[in-house]
Amino acid sequence: MMTSHPLIRLLDRGSTLFLVLLAAFAIAIPVSNLLMPEGSALHLSTYFVALFGKYVCYGLLALSIDLIWGYVGILSLGHGAFFALGGYAMGMYLMRQIGTRGVYANPILPDFMVFLNWSELPFFWYGFNSFAYAMLMVLLVPGLLAFVFGWFAFRSRVTGVYLSIITQAMTYALLLGFFRNNFGFGGNNGLTDFKDILGFNVQAEGTRNALLVTSCIALAVCFLICRAIVTSKFGKVLIGIRDAESRTRFLGYRVEAYKLFVFTVSACMAGVAGALYVPQVGIINPGEFAPGNSIEAVIWVAVGGRGTLTGAVLGAFVVNYAKTFFTSGALAPYWLFMLGGLFIGTTLFLPRGIIGTYNNWRAGHADKAEAKAAEGASAGGGASPAQPSAAE
Amino acid sequence: MATVQADRKTTSSLLYLDGISVSFDGFKALNELSFIVEPGEMRAIIGPNGAGKTTMMDVITGKTRPDEGDVFFEEGKYDLSKLDETEIATLGIGRKFQKPTVFEMHTVEDNLQLSLKNDRSVKATLFWQSSAEQEARIDQVLDIVRLKHLRARVAGSLSHGQKQWLEIAMLLAQDPKLLLVDEPVAGMTDVETMQTAELLREINKTKTVVVVEHDMAFVRELGVKVTCLHEGSVLAEGSIDQVSTNDRVVEVYLGR
Amino acid sequence: MGKFRDRILAIVFAIGLIVSAAGLAHAGPYEDALEKLTTDDYADTADAVTAVATSGNPMAAPLIAALQDGRLQFSAKDKKVFIKTVDDKLIDAETGKPFDGAPPDDLDAVRVNNRLRGVIDAANGALTLMAPDAAKRYESAQAVFKSRDAAVLPAVEKALEAEKIPRVKKVLTEARAAILLGADDTSPADKIAAINIIRDRGDQDSLALIESLPADTPAEVRAAATAASAQIQRNLAIWNTVQNLWYGLSLGSVLLLAAIGLAITFGVMGVINMAHGEMVMLGAYVTYVVQEIIRTRYPGLFDYSLAIALPLAFIFSAAVGIAIERSVIRFLYGRPLETLLATWGISLVLQQAVRVAFGPTNKEVGNPSWMSGAFDLGGILITYNRMWIILFTGIVFAALLAMLRFTRLGLEMRAVTQNRQMAAAVGIRTARIDALTFGLGSGIAGLAGVALSQIDNVSPNLGQGYIIDSFMVVVFGGVGNLWGTLVGALTLGIANKFLEPFAGAVLAKIAILVFIILFIQKRPRGMFALKGRAIEA
Repeated sequence: MMTSHPLIRLLDRGSTLFLVLLAAFAIAIPVSNLLMPEGSALHLSTYFVALFGKYVCYGLLALSIDLIWGYVGILSLGHGAFFALGGYAMGMYLMRQIGTRGVYANPILPDFMVFLNWSELPFFWYGFNSFAYAMLMVLLVPGLLAFVFGWFAFRSRVTGVYLSIITQAMTYALLLGFFRNNFGFGGNNGLTDFKDILGFNVQAEGTRNALLVTSCIALAVCFLICRAIVTSKFGKVLIGIRDAESRTRFLGYRVEAYKLFVFTVSACMAGVAGALYVPQVGIINPGEFAPGNSIEAVIWVAVGGRGTLTGAVLGAFVVNYAKTFFTSGALAPYWLFMLGGLFIGTTLFLPRGIIGTYNNWRAGHADKAEAKAAEGASAGGGASPAQPSAAE
Repeated sequence: MATVQADRKTTSSLLYLDGISVSFDGFKALNELSFIVEPGEMRAIIGPNGAGKTTMMDVITGKTRPDEGDVFFEEGKYDLSKLDETEIATLGIGRKFQKPTVFEMHTVEDNLQLSLKNDRSVKATLFWQSSAEQEARIDQVLDIVRLKHLRARVAGSLSHGQKQWLEIAMLLAQDPKLLLVDEPVAGMTDVETMQTAELLREINKTKTVVVVEHDMAFVRELGVKVTCLHEGSVLAEGSIDQVSTNDRVVEVYLGR
Repeated sequence: MGKFRDRILAIVFAIGLIVSAAGLAHAGPYEDALEKLTTDDYADTADAVTAVATSGNPMAAPLIAALQDGRLQFSAKDKKVFIKTVDDKLIDAETGKPFDGAPPDDLDAVRVNNRLRGVIDAANGALTLMAPDAAKRYESAQAVFKSRDAAVLPAVEKALEAEKIPRVKKVLTEARAAILLGADDTSPADKIAAINIIRDRGDQDSLALIESLPADTPAEVRAAATAASAQIQRNLAIWNTVQNLWYGLSLGSVLLLAAIGLAITFGVMGVINMAHGEMVMLGAYVTYVVQEIIRTRYPGLFDYSLAIALPLAFIFSAAVGIAIERSVIRFLYGRPLETLLATWGISLVLQQAVRVAFGPTNKEVGNPSWMSGAFDLGGILITYNRMWIILFTGIVFAALLAMLRFTRLGLEMRAVTQNRQMAAAVGIRTARIDALTFGLGSGIAGLAGVALSQIDNVSPNLGQGYIIDSFMVVVFGGVGNLWGTLVGALTLGIANKFLEPFAGAVLAKIAILVFIILFIQKRPRGMFALKGRAIEA
């Protein structure tokens, strides 16, 4: 397996299928929305474009969680924080773009600062009028937080549920902070009323489609990065850490460095997801830091199948589609029952998730076929591989 | 400190433990434990449950810090009590756990690939490519532990004994100077036990080995110097015959 | 001079008192005052009100109340004043008897302006200084201390003479001192005496009073004031610390109450139950339901509602807990992260179920009479509900410790947590113990819910507000150690309250969270962690 060409390792059948499907959506949806006449059966509404764009961002968030949960066993209940920080970085750029079109028409200060009687821009808002700088911050801020947090946590070997709990405390602390007006990020209301992104109206159909395509590309690129990571020897070390951390340590691997690297990469991806999410939904507020959001994102991964990457994205799509379906109709009060049931049902009855179960079932078939072909060739086999256990 | 420096200079041993004490919440797991392993030696360590065998392993490999005492490696060159697991592993001390611990989700080959002596840094593993030389080395190690036919199998599907051997193979792939082997024949059949003894003797031709084991037949089969631990210190040391006839050892084991 | 005048006044009032007590309708201060009420002049009315209030006449209170409500009528022609009752009957203000004859045709209400309202309030204060209820007298003396209305001085003097209860007498003395200090014609010696009395009171109001002396105060008085102010400030600093400690203890006990059940399920069993907060919430809703039933059927039992709710909440939450353990958690032992996710799902379901059943809004849960109100202890105010919750927490904690130590169930619980196989081998039904332990933890959460319903909003989100804090407490204190949980909860509660004055409530909370996050890095197993090889496995 390790001898095969890196590109073949990178793009196995499932991954190729995933990328092809993603590309198909990224092309078909804008074509249908922009080129097909309204009222045609092939026309998709702009609402759908925005919705799908949102799902893609959630997919990317799920992917980033799967990278650390599925492959290293780090269950972060605070990934929503990285997502939100990326979102705020983008939101700050979008706020600066409003310029004099705000209610108070202040060319420098966003409305909420004028409202709070601030006379000048806080230093941490400097530079956000530049798109490039803002994009750098989208990666840097979540990445830096993850690095500092991870450096402390992994070095002192905080693992398992303890890590989960303190990641949750981290996002909770940020939630409380961002709710404060004097924190400088718009307090309760967050950042909203965006006008332009790179000179294009964020509400325009063209921009929405462009954002969708960009999100798809970002998802594809991050997916390939994840694939490259998990199929490399580095990825095998990660799985080693997940399944037998002390073995990895006694083999001479610096476990904390591995965890720190992949945790930081994952946080950057979550940041990118948040940054793409904000212009598509038009708002970012402290609610995104709520611990519940982060846990919900974890369940997307669990539903799709952790440790499969494609499953994480699939899970994000499935669960969020169900959420849209339920919460937009008369069934709204039952959505939380559904979601709660999903948490319980998945962990009890579908611990491998959709893709994981499918892979397992196919592997079982392949094994049987192989066993038939080479009947009795190897004795003592048959035992199915141990289930991936949660990291201790 | 002066005496420590003197010890460090004068010792010619590979592993040097002096006056090691470790306590957990008042319980003394190790009590002034001292013993020495010479280069190229194979040493068997026996002792009843709670004698401190595994804690001693923990101290040597950096998992547990001694409350007091000195642990030196390679003629006093390294003070192991100041290093962590990773650093000690990189120095060339390999450890097999009491419960076989292999990467269950990886194939036998990948298990060894991860163990081979290579650059362990993040960057190196991210951009790593296998080479013919590495493949050959894997073959060689698999030959030694007789698992060549299982190369592509997922480790989790191996039998208990096979996992024990795979773990020993992983130690070998590390190419360590010192192997610490904790209960290698627990749960093995008699035949497997004898094969394991043979395997360890084979390994001992090039490496220093410390074996912790309960199985007296196995220890006898190894035919090496035996150290008996009791309540965290050395009770007796010598050949298996000397130790097993030692009055105090008999007393401890039979609990008179 | 002042003293002389006081004495004269005192004599006058004493006579007035005797006169009115004798029920003689001779022209006294009260009757004179009544006459002034008929002039329809604000200044006269003000004088009259003060005079009435200090007259000691039994009609004084109803008269002033009537004036306040605009029910006081006068006839300028007849020079008579009437109190109009709520049902439009007239009462002669002089005699207090119903007025039988035809009402005078020029009957008009006594008018009141803003300045007069102030006078009326002060008069009310003076009136209540003589009220039969000691608590009322105490409150009104406090009010006089704050208002320092010189007009009430005679009333205060009179009340002081009559007062028997030391607590009220002390406040009256202080009130008198406050008025004297503010009066221009008080001698410096009297002022210094007044300052000393106020200094001994030693609260924030005293400080303000002493520091507000006018610029032309004589030097010796000023010196006394400066010394007194320094002393009060020292005093206040001490009380401030005590107050913070009290608040911290109060917050800590709430944290402990919420966390103690978790210390059992997470700390002892190792099950991470994200639905723990919902067990607390269910306990609060049980209280709500009990109170609703009592309100509609047996209003007389309201003061016992909490006593009734406690066992029910324990049983209900414990039953839900056992159901959760048997149906979900037991399939997930040894898989902590999955347990975490599944129990989070349970928490969502429970929240939504309560939301559907009771609606999303806050529910009104009342304080029984013995839990409402407050009292002063030295310089701090202690509310009864906080005090009872601290006591209750202590009782629950002690009972739990005793249960674990002295009962068969406790013994079996400890056995199972220490060595499951061995416990099973000696014949303990481990599955049953698991269920019971989980039920115990959940039941205690239900008890916490009853207590929290007294100080927090009862809504479906009640539990969510506590879950992170509870985990912080358990992790900080050290898993598997109830004493650690106790120390952890109190430490965090007190630290939080001491940080609040500097950082504000939210920043204090953030600081605590950051502190714990860093602390866990240093001691991943908490303050009172068990050490050893077995733990690491």
